[in-house]
Amino acid sequence: MSATLTDKRRAVRDPHWLRGLMIGGTLLAAGLLLLLPLAVIFIEAFRDGWRGYLESFNDPYAWQAIRLTIIAAAVAVPLNLVFGLVASWAIAKFDFFGKSFLISLIDLPFAVSPVISGLVYVLMFGLQGWLGPWLSANNLQIIFAAPGIILATVFVTFPFVARELIPLMQEQGSEEEQAALSLGASGWQTFWRVTLPNVKWALLYGVILCNARAMGEFGAVAVVSGHIRGKTNTLPLHIELLYNEYNSRAAFAMASLLALLGVATLAVKTIIEWRLRQVQLASLEPSTVEPS
Amino acid sequence: MAFKLKSRSVLPGFGLTLGLTLTYLSLVVLIPLAALFLKTATIPWDRLWLMISEPRVVASYKLTFGASLVAAAVSALLGFIIAWTLVRYRFPGRRIIDAIIDMPFALPTAVSGIALTALLSKNGWIGRYLEPLGIKAAFSPLGITIALVFIGLPFVVRTLQPALEELDGEAEEAAASLGASRFTTFVRVIFPSILPALLTGFALAFARAIGEYGSVVFIAGNMPMKTEITSLLIVTKLEQFDIAAASALAVVMLLASFAVLLAINVLQWRIAKRYRGVM
Repeated sequence: MSATLTDKRRAVRDPHWLRGLMIGGTLLAAGLLLLLPLAVIFIEAFRDGWRGYLESFNDPYAWQAIRLTIIAAAVAVPLNLVFGLVASWAIAKFDFFGKSFLISLIDLPFAVSPVISGLVYVLMFGLQGWLGPWLSANNLQIIFAAPGIILATVFVTFPFVARELIPLMQEQGSEEEQAALSLGASGWQTFWRVTLPNVKWALLYGVILCNARAMGEFGAVAVVSGHIRGKTNTLPLHIELLYNEYNSRAAFAMASLLALLGVATLAVKTIIEWRLRQVQLASLEPSTVEPS
Repeated sequence: MAFKLKSRSVLPGFGLTLGLTLTYLSLVVLIPLAALFLKTATIPWDRLWLMISEPRVVASYKLTFGASLVAAAVSALLGFIIAWTLVRYRFPGRRIIDAIIDMPFALPTAVSGIALTALLSKNGWIGRYLEPLGIKAAFSPLGITIALVFIGLPFVVRTLQPALEELDGEAEEAAASLGASRFTTFVRVIFPSILPALLTGFALAFARAIGEYGSVVFIAGNMPMKTEITSLLIVTKLEQFDIAAASALAVVMLLASFAVLLAINVLQWRIAKRYRGVM
C-alpha cells in the first residue's frame, strides 16, 4: 500500500535535475531581470558616496519636480478613491442593465498606452484642440501647465481603486447592509459602519497602487508637460532631463526616490495580500476541520 | 414590467452613485477618447492613408509589433518557468522571489528605462560582457526587446500562478498510474489545462508592450527607420505640431491593442463555454 503511494508520488513529482534546472532558471531570471536593475539604481546614485548623493538634491528644480509630483498624486489619488467607492457601490449593490459593459469602460484607461493618454488631453485642451481657442481667449492654460499634468495623472490612475473594490463588494453582496438598514441605520451610517470596514484592505491596496502609478507616470505626463524646467516637470520627467544631460549621478539619485517608493509599495502590497489570505483561511477553517 | 432596467433594492443611493460614476467616467475617459477618434475622422481618407503608411511609420510598426511579439513569447517561456517553480517547489527565498515578481509594475517606467540602459550599455555591468561577443544590447532592437520582457514578465507569472495552483494533481496521478511518463503527462494533461492562462498572459504582455514608452525610449536609441517605436513617433509628430498625424497613429495603435484585448475576451468566453458544455 505504502509502496504504491510513493510510486504515485514519484510519478507526479519532477525529477531532481529538472527541479534544479527550474529553480536555477527562476533565480537567474529574477536576479538578472528584476534585482539587478533595482541594484544599479542605488549603486549609480551612491557612486560618490553619501556626500555625492545628497549633493544631487542640492538643486531647486529637483525640489520643484518633487513638489509637482506630490501635487499631482494628491489630486489624482483622492479623486479616484472617491470615484472607486461611488462606482463600486453602484455596481456591486445594485443590478442594472449594461453593468458588465460599464465595468469594461472603467478598465479602459489600462488598455490605452501612456502616450495616447496624454495625447487625448492635448486634443481637448491644446492650442489646436477642441477647447483651445476658448481657453486661450479666457487666458486659461491646461496643456504645458500643471492642470494638464494632473488630468493626465487622473486618467492613467483612473481604474486602480475601482477595480480592487468592485469584485470584492460583488462577492460580499448586500445582506449586511440590508440588515443595518432594517435596524434603522441611515444610508450614510450603513456605508461608514458596514461597507467601508468590510473593504478597508482592498481599498488600501488600490490606493497604494494608484499612488505609485500617479507618482511614477512618465509617458502621459511627458506629452502634456512641455518640459518647462522648474514649472511643469514632474520627478520622472526631471529624471529624463538629467539623464539626457549626462548628469547620470543626479538622475539615479532622483530615480532612487521613486525606486524606494516602488519597493515600499511592493512591501505593503505583500503584507496586505498576506493578511487577506489569513482572513480567507480563517473564514474557511470551520468547514475544513469538520469531523468525518 | 417584463423588462426592467434595474431590479428593486432596499439600499439607497443608486441614482446618485450611478450618476456620479457616469459623469466622472465621461469627463475623464470617454469624451477625451472620443475627441481622438473625432479628430482622426476629420482627416480626409487619402491623407490619412499617407500618414499611417509612410515608410518611417511602417518601419516603426514592424519594430514595435515584432519586438513586442518576441518579448511576449520570451515572457511566456520565462514566466512559465518562474510560475511553475513558485507553485510546485519549496526552496529558500521563494516568498521573496514571489514578492519581487511585481517589481516591473512598481518601478516607474522611466526609472526602469534608465536602469536597464545603464546595465546593457557597452560600459554597463551586463553590456561589457556582451560587447566583446559582438552583441549590441543597448540602442538596438535587442535592447527594446529586453525592456519589453521586463515589462511583460509579471503579466504571465500572475495569470499562470492561479491556474497552476488549481491543478489538483489527481489527473496527473491518473495519467501516471496509467503508465504515462512525466513528459507525456506534462504534454497531454498539464499543458492543455494551463494553456488558456498562458495565452492570456502572453496577450496581456503583448498588449502592454505595443503601447510601452518609458522603459523603452532610453534603451532604444530612437534612430528613425531602425530603433524608433511607434509611441515615440507619436511624441515626435506632436513636437512638430503635426497633431493630425499623431492622432492617426494613435488610433492605429489603440485599435491594435483593443483587438488584442478583444481576442483575450473571446478566448476566455470560448473556454468558459467549453467547460459549461462538459458539465
